[in-house]
Parts: sequence; structure tokens; C-alpha cells
Amino acid sequence: MNIEERLLKGDKRACARLITMVENNDKESIDIIKKLYKYSGGAYVIGITGPPGSGKSTLTDRLTKELRKQGKKVGIVAIDPTSPFTGGAILGDRIRMSDLALDKDVFIRSMGTRGSLGGMSKATWAAVKVLDIYGCDYIFIETVGVGQSEIDIVKMADTVLMVMVPNLGDDIQAIKAGIMEIADVFAINKSDLDGADKTQVEIEMNLDLNEKRDYRPPVVKVSAGLNKDIDVLLEKLFEHKGYLEATNELEKIRTRNNKLEILKLVEEELMNLIIDRAVKEDLIEDLSKEVTLRTIDPYTAKDKIISLINK
Amino acid sequence: MERPIRVLVAKPGLDGHDRGAKVIARALRDAGMEVIYTGLRQTPEQIVAAAIQEDVDVVAMSILSGAHNHLFPKVVNLLKEEGADDVLIMGGGVIPEDDIPFLKESGIEAIFTPGTPTKDVIEFIENNLKR
Amino acid sequence: MFDDKKIEDIKASVDQWEKNKVEKALAKFPERKEAFVTGSNIEVKRLYTPADIEALDYNEDLGLPGEYPFTRGVQPTMYRGRLWTMRQYAGFATAEESNQRYKYLLEQGQTGLSVAFDLPTQIGYDSDHGLSEGEVGKVGVAIDSLRDMELLFDGIPLDKVSTSMTINAPASVLLAMYIAVAEKQGVSKDKLRGTIQNDILKEYIARGTYIFPPEPSMRLITNIFEYCSKEVPKWNTISISGYHIREAGSTAAQEVAFTLADGIAYVDAAIKAGLDVDDFAPRLSFFFNAHNDLLEEVAKFRAARRIWAKIMKERFKAKSEKSMMLKFHTQTAGSTLTAQQPDNNIIRVTIQTLAAILGGTQSLHTNSKDEALALPTEESVRIALRTQQIVAYESGVTETIDPLAGSYYVESLTSKIEEEAYNYIERIDELGGAPRAIAKGYIQKEIQNSAYKYQMEVESQERIVVGVNKFHIDETDKKDLLKVDPAVEKLQREKLEALRSERNNEEVETTLKVLKEKAETEENLMPFILDAVKAYATLGEICGVLREVFGEYEQSVIL
Repeated sequence: MNIEERLLKGDKRACARLITMVENNDKESIDIIKKLYKYSGGAYVIGITGPPGSGKSTLTDRLTKELRKQGKKVGIVAIDPTSPFTGGAILGDRIRMSDLALDKDVFIRSMGTRGSLGGMSKATWAAVKVLDIYGCDYIFIETVGVGQSEIDIVKMADTVLMVMVPNLGDDIQAIKAGIMEIADVFAINKSDLDGADKTQVEIEMNLDLNEKRDYRPPVVKVSAGLNKDIDVLLEKLFEHKGYLEATNELEKIRTRNNKLEILKLVEEELMNLIIDRAVKEDLIEDLSKEVTLRTIDPYTAKDKIISLINK
Repeated sequence: MERPIRVLVAKPGLDGHDRGAKVIARALRDAGMEVIYTGLRQTPEQIVAAAIQEDVDVVAMSILSGAHNHLFPKVVNLLKEEGADDVLIMGGGVIPEDDIPFLKESGIEAIFTPGTPTKDVIEFIENNLKR
Repeated sequence: MFDDKKIEDIKASVDQWEKNKVEKALAKFPERKEAFVTGSNIEVKRLYTPADIEALDYNEDLGLPGEYPFTRGVQPTMYRGRLWTMRQYAGFATAEESNQRYKYLLEQGQTGLSVAFDLPTQIGYDSDHGLSEGEVGKVGVAIDSLRDMELLFDGIPLDKVSTSMTINAPASVLLAMYIAVAEKQGVSKDKLRGTIQNDILKEYIARGTYIFPPEPSMRLITNIFEYCSKEVPKWNTISISGYHIREAGSTAAQEVAFTLADGIAYVDAAIKAGLDVDDFAPRLSFFFNAHNDLLEEVAKFRAARRIWAKIMKERFKAKSEKSMMLKFHTQTAGSTLTAQQPDNNIIRVTIQTLAAILGGTQSLHTNSKDEALALPTEESVRIALRTQQIVAYESGVTETIDPLAGSYYVESLTSKIEEEAYNYIERIDELGGAPRAIAKGYIQKEIQNSAYKYQMEVESQERIVVGVNKFHIDETDKKDLLKVDPAVEKLQREKLEALRSERNNEEVETTLKVLKEKAETEENLMPFILDAVKAYATLGEICGVLREVFGEYEQSVIL
């Protein structure tokens, strides 16, 4: 059996290998996804974001267990930062999900950001497709939880779950911008700690200020550690899904995201093409120097590089 | 195509001495590898499941309790059963010399005992990858 | 301690000496290194003089042995009165075999027992549990029920020996078993002497044999404090351990700081549970590591005593002097032992023994030379014990109290470690105390950074480890190592099966049911654990019931 047939049959090794191939930019893997794309679309994608230490992994573990009770097949993509200096990474999210490892209908994959600025890369997009074809009903993408990745998740997910914890203090100020707009459901994790109610009020107040959306995001207090109210949270995620499906919003979101992906792919491909040619001819170095010497300006330099496309 | 080597660092068995495993994990990261760290008390089944899903090039295990003769070969066999024969398997910890031939025969390709410099481990991985 | 004028004179002459003598000498023979540091990376000067300890106030900072702040020791006569307890940690395979080893050690002149349990026992699993596979009897003795405990102490009068048990998460169960064995021997609880480690915080930090989450774990610990203060008054209810923190790679100052921060958390918890500080604090004991940097280690022990005394007096308002005394057990540093040229380890252990004794320890375990390779053989355990005896009877360091006091270097280092430790304790207080700092991964991260730094120093040869990164030889000779017979596991399982068919299972079920109900209340669980133990409920069954109520701890990994 080749890897395509094995993937369609739900073979974990095939799924794992294909993700490796897409991560490594392997051409063959793209051909395979092209061929199998028609089998995708069955998965619902939930992005999980929130600051480091908010318990995203544990919450993902608990939500997955809840979905497993309903017989759903679940894929998890857990992203951790790659060191910009060495290219290495420590991927430690699995540790919170170790009893899921043996579940035949759960697939967990840890990925490093590998140089993508936002943490969400072409590879993440592709990995989600592989998991979709593999047959997952739900796919969780757990972000790094800092910087751009928190915002970028919206480009991949159907529903965005924002995980908060009590007493974030100034952090809540910092994430107000951008985050409040993209989250579809808020979870206040570790809600057994003091300050959970206060955090809830703060979020609600913030949502009141931003009351322009058709769907008012619910705010749910949970405790992943104590396994409390996970079912309530899942219900809220389902409600959002139901809303998207009933209002045709889901199709809109997916079309918007597909557009973003296509543009991103085109951008990358074009960049590679141009850079490849420009590097071959030492053009970039030379032009950069000329700009420094004021023999040409940066705009003319750009025109020269762009003209390579037509060669 | 330049790609990071992926390594699963695991502690099978019940001992909680993870100083060595953590130092190795950091050293491998600093050598540019992607290290999937799975924490304490992992059963051979869990280690193998993680190795498969993460499609790692290397499984590196550490045991200080003396349960290595039992647990290391079990991981090798389970990986074989799953058809994952292109994974480099290594072990470390307090492991008596007398046990090493048996472990190597069982498919553990290198055993690193206390005092091994991390650069030896890195070199071994780089030179013995199976794919 | 010195008048200002004298100090000024000394400073001036040191300056002169640096300029004239030292510079000349350096011009001819540069020193071996640019900078000198201790084993824990504290900078070491070329020379120490009274000027380095000018701020020291003798009465306030050192005092006299047996008096606040106990820097010079907790007893007024120290080893002139009684030597420390020589206590070798031992236990392997079955209860019967360990019993033989204990009797052997007592015959050899050991003065206290120290029980090592296997990992399934430490994590509350019976020998027939799936996760116990391959681990039964490996790092210690397998105890599944009271029946094993009866065999372990067979023929050893529990009113005559003091017993230390390295047991944490299920400490209350093993203590209950010990009490039950004593009762069968006709020894009442109030005569029992010994220690349970019972220190869960350092399990989360460094040692890894936790079971329950922090809150119920702290409750079990305070239950023991309360029960023992009434029923087993001579028992040391906790051994707050820096040993494993150091083994995980911390520095000396971190060892002191994190251990005492854990201590603060236990005292806080007990006070919160309604206990009076002077009722339980005298039964708190500590457990430290003895490393190779002899003088730094001595300073560490002295600093720890001084800090704890101040914390108990000033922070917790203890009134009894006994509450302020930091009494501690020491073990030589397992992580310093090398697999290469293992005989060299005897010398390392000797240095570490001196550190512990010059630091005023109350009891000591010396490691055996072969522990980087396997469990120690009887012969190597004997050498380790002889090391203590030679230091005790031949070295002369025991004849006077705290002989290194007043050394400009040692006093300066003592103050330096104290200062560093206070800084850490302050930081941990800011984070909300040790349990919060652990949950945030702060303490683990600090230790891992030190461990990684040390490893890199060894690899770059900034630090020399004899036989490892310098002075190698080819070693081909066979080493004689102890092997635990794999049949032990099978044997232990058979014993367990027999027990399950022979005991009164109705009684087991009833006691477990009561325990479960009580676990959901706030009541002290010790009496109910004792009932279950006496009914021969197994350790795994008892911990299983508690797992159902309390849940299990999930590791947080910070790398």
C-alpha cells in the first residue's frame, strides 16, 4: 500500500510521515495532498490561544477527552517556538496529554515554528489538511501563545477559543487589542483561583465596548486541572459552530481563510522564484550596494528584481 | 533539504531523576534539533505511540532505576511491530556494563552512561541517523 | 569582632601586599586560572582576612553551640557528647532480603536504620500493577502490605532502633504500617523513634515520586504533624529535603534557599490547619547534600542553621528554642560519583563526609563507590560505613565543636550563602510562596539552568572531574556489581495474591470505604489509614482510594 492509501485508511504512521514531508517542504507531499484534497473538509478546526501558562495544553487534553466520549476522532497540532539562534526547539505540550497517546482515534503532533514569524506556517496549514484527510472530526491547533500567533490563528480556525487565567494583571491590557475581536469563545481556566470573577467581568466589559459583532462570545469559567465544566465549554464551542453553520458564516470564514492561504502560497512561491533568480545573479547584493552608493534608488532596484519574473 | 532532526526524549519507568534527560534535551535543542519531551512515567506503549505520531528520527530514553533490561527492549519491539524500523534508538542512565551487550543485541544502538559529554550524544545522532 | 582601627590597618597591609608581593609573584608565575570559584560558582578571593568579616557580630551571628542562632551547632557538646547517627540507606528486593541487610548493618556498628523503598511503593502501586513492571525491588524494598512490613522488621526491636524511611507521597501509609508492626511487637507508639521524609514539595521540584496534587498532599502532611504531635511524639514527621534539589543540579545556595522555602510552606500550612508552631516545629528535620567543595559545604550547613533559626523566631514567632534548631541528616552527593574508576569515589565520599561532620550534621549516609553503576554490594556498603567510622574515631575533627568557625574564608562564605539564599527566599515570597513558585516552574527552571551550566563547564574542561574529563584510563576489568534477581517481581506478586485470598476481604472493603468517605471531609486521615493497614489492605488499594478522591498531580515541565 502506498502512503496515500494508508492515509485514507487512517494509518497513523502514514499521517505522521506526510506531516513530516510537508514540514520539510517536500514536493511529493504537496502532490499527494492535491490528489487527496477532495477527501478533506470533514474536520472542524478549533484554534486554541492564550498567554503562556494559561493551561492551553491541559485544556486541549480535557476537551479532547470530552469529544472522545462522543466518539469523535480528534487531531491536535501543538506549536512551540523554535529558537531563532539554533533552529532547535523543545516541544513539550504532549506531556499534558500523555494518556491520549494511546487512544487510537487521537493524533497529536508537536511542531516548531521553524522561522515563521507568526508561528503559524504553511506547514501548519498543510498539517491540518493531512489530519482532515486522515479522518479527524475535530482538529485543535494550539498556538505558542505570544505575539502574532494569537492573531494569526484566526486565519486557520473555524472557531477561536481564547484561554485566560485570573490575575493576569497588565497582560489583559496588552491582549485587548486584536484579541478581543478574534476570539469566539473565552475560557477562564484555573477558575478555582481568586480573581476569576473579576477577570470574567473585565472580559465581559470589554466585549460590551466592542459590541459590533453578530455573535456575542460567551465567557466560560473552567478548571482543566480539576476537570471542571469542560462539558460546558465544549457546549459553547458547539453553539458557535452551530451558529456558523446555520448562518452560512462558516462558508464565509472558510472562503476568507482560503483566500488568505492562496495569497500566502502565491506570495511565497513568487518570492522564492524571484529570490532564486536574483540570488543566482548576485543581483540583490549588487543592487543593495548600489543603493548605498546612491547610484540607484530602492524603487528602481525593486523594478529590476521584479522584471526577473518575465525572463 | 536541510531539516531539523526530531528526537523523542522519554523517561520510561517510574524513576523521577530527570536531570540527565533534561540536560540532554537542552543540549540537543542547542544543537538545532527538535526535541519532543514527554516527561516522567511513560510506558513503552506511550513512548512508541508518541514516536510514531511525531515521526521522530531518534528515540532517546533514560532510566536510573535499573528497569532498563525490561523496558528498553520492549520499546524496540513495539516500534518494530508498528513497522517503524527507521528510528534510531538510544538509552542512557545508570546502566551496568554487563547489561550493555544484551541491550545492544535487543536493538538499542547506543548506551550512554553517567559522565558522557553531551557532544558525544549529538555526534552519535548525527552520524547514525537512519533516514 | 574587630575594632575599626585594626580593620583599617589590615586593609592597608593587604593593599600593600597585593601591590608588592603578589604582583611580583604574578609577573613571574601567573595563577592557574583567571578567576577562582567554588563548586557552586561563588567567586573566591586570593586571601581572606578579618576585613572580609568585619560586619560579623559574634554573639548575634554565631553564638554558642546549642544557643540561638545555632550557627555553631544545635547541641551544647556536639560530637564530644555523642557521635552522629551513622545511617546507611538500604533496601532492595524483598522484605526478607532487606531484613538480612539491616541485621548485617546493625552488627557492623550502624546505629540507625534507613529504609529505601522501590519505586512502585514510593508511588503507591502494588507489585502487580502494570506500571510496576520491571521496577519491583529495584531501587529499594517492595512493600505491598503490612505483611511485608512485618517481615522487614522481623527480629529488630522497634523500641531500640531509630528508623528513617524515605517515603513521601504515601508516607502516612508506611508510617501506619510501622506503627502496626510496633504494636505487634508490644511497643507502644510513644516509644517509636525515627523519621519519614514526607516532603512532597521537593518531589514536584526534583525527585518525581509524587502522587496527589499539592493541596491534598499538604493536607496529608499536616494530618501527620497533628497525629504525631499527640500519638508519636518522638517521631520526626518530615525531613525537608535539599538533597534531591542539589542532585538535580542546584547550587549550594539554591539548595539552602529552596529547602528552607519549602520548610516555610509546611509551617504555613500547619499553622493554617490550626496547629501551634511550637507543637510541631521541634519535630521538623532537614536533609542536605554533602558535595566536594569542602569549605563551601561547611559554610552551607552553618548558613542554613542560622537562616532557619531567624525564620522561626522572627517570621513565625516560635517561642521554644527547639522550634528554631535546624537538625539535619546528610547524604554524600550521588551525582558526584563517577562510573569511571569507581574506586576514586571512596575519596570523594571521604571529603564529603568531612564536610558533613565539620558542618555539624546529626546523621549521615555515605554513598558506596559503585552507585554510579548499580546498587551497592555489601562490600562497598561496608567501605562507605568504615569511611564514617574513620572520620569519627581517627581524624580528630570530632574533638571540638565547629572547628572551622572563625576562619575568615569560611565565615565570609557562610554570610555569602546566607545572603544569596535570602534573596531567593524573598523572590519566592513575592511569587506567593514555594507551592506557587513550583506551579509556575520558577524553582525548577533555576535548578535546570544551574545543572546545564555545570554540564557545559565540565564539557569545556573549566571544571575538572578526575577520571571523567581528565586523567582517564582504559578500564577493562570486570566490576563486581549487585544484581537484583528478576524473580523478585514474580515472588512479590505471588505473595500479594496469597495475601488477597487469605485476609478478611470484607474488613478490607469496609475500612477502605470509610477511608474514602473521610477523605472527602476535613478529618485527620491517619486513624483511618491505620485501620485499613491493620486489615491488610494493600498500599496500592489505600492509595487507589485516595487517588479517586484527590486526583493525581500532573507534572509541569519547564525546560
